[in-house]
Amino acid sequence: MSADTLPAAVSKMIGTPMYEQTADFDVERSYTYNTCAATQNGNPVYWDDDVAEEITGGPIAPPTTLSLWMRPHYWQPGAAGEQVALKVHFDLKELFELPEAVMTDNTLILYEPVRPGDRISHHQVLRSVSEPKTTKLGTGRFWVIDIEYHNQREELVGIESYTGFGYQREGAA
Amino acid sequence: MSGTRLLGDVSVGDTLPELGVDVTPTTVVLGALASRDWRPMHHDYKFATERNGVQDIFLNTPNQAAWFERYITDWTGPKGRLGRMTFRMRTSVFPGDHMVFRAIVTAVGTDDIGCGWVGLDVTLAIGERVASTCTTRVALPVGENDNPWRRGVDDWRPN
Repeated sequence: MSADTLPAAVSKMIGTPMYEQTADFDVERSYTYNTCAATQNGNPVYWDDDVAEEITGGPIAPPTTLSLWMRPHYWQPGAAGEQVALKVHFDLKELFELPEAVMTDNTLILYEPVRPGDRISHHQVLRSVSEPKTTKLGTGRFWVIDIEYHNQREELVGIESYTGFGYQREGAA
Repeated sequence: MSGTRLLGDVSVGDTLPELGVDVTPTTVVLGALASRDWRPMHHDYKFATERNGVQDIFLNTPNQAAWFERYITDWTGPKGRLGRMTFRMRTSVFPGDHMVFRAIVTAVGTDDIGCGWVGLDVTLAIGERVASTCTTRVALPVGENDNPWRRGVDDWRPN
């Protein structure tokens, strides 16, 4: 769908960096252990400091944990309502009045390793929005959102791309 | 996990050992919380079934990425360094499913700065159903003294 047939509020989002943010907390190792435990990942880089020193120049976070550093706390003082990551995705749900959504595709391009003590920043860019589509889940739209992540030295650590499908279940309108 | 796999050990058409995993509610919830994904469809059965319209809570995206990473680096050994990974979730993965990861080598080569790369097509299947497909590009050492992790901004081209 061309941008000029979309609602103006959506058209102006396409290609515009949004939600430039720095994480609320430093990268830390407990999430490495949690991730490895959740996936039964015995890679010694994550469990043995001597191996980490030899291979990766010290501890690193598993590369696929890239997005977790920018996910908000479930609750924090002064915050109202549900705290969500990937806000562009939730903006689109609201703009199109699509109450449900799932992710269908994910791309990770991995640059500088993320290390404990790093502080990650990111911004989100809406790349495209589809025409209305009907799937077995319901009727809605697909959209593609890119996220670029940097560390505190402004080194690129990764680029991620999500395809989301926001939808209304059949008969739920 | 294997020891150090070198680029010269790999040929197009090679297959990776299968990995089978029984998915439980704990698998789903542990993975969601490990990736700081608090969305209810990954821990709340009623939300998943009544709001999302699916059969149960299901694996979240970052955790699925972490499973692919684990599967690939089990094969490469710790010097294997992921460059790029793209996956499509065709259907969700639910408690009670038995995930089977399989992969085939689709490309082997070096880039113009001498980094060794392997292309893999990976599938995550539940019985006969392919739940997710994944293409990835992972760097392997080209020799005993090479280490892709030691490549920095100027000599690392993951894309």
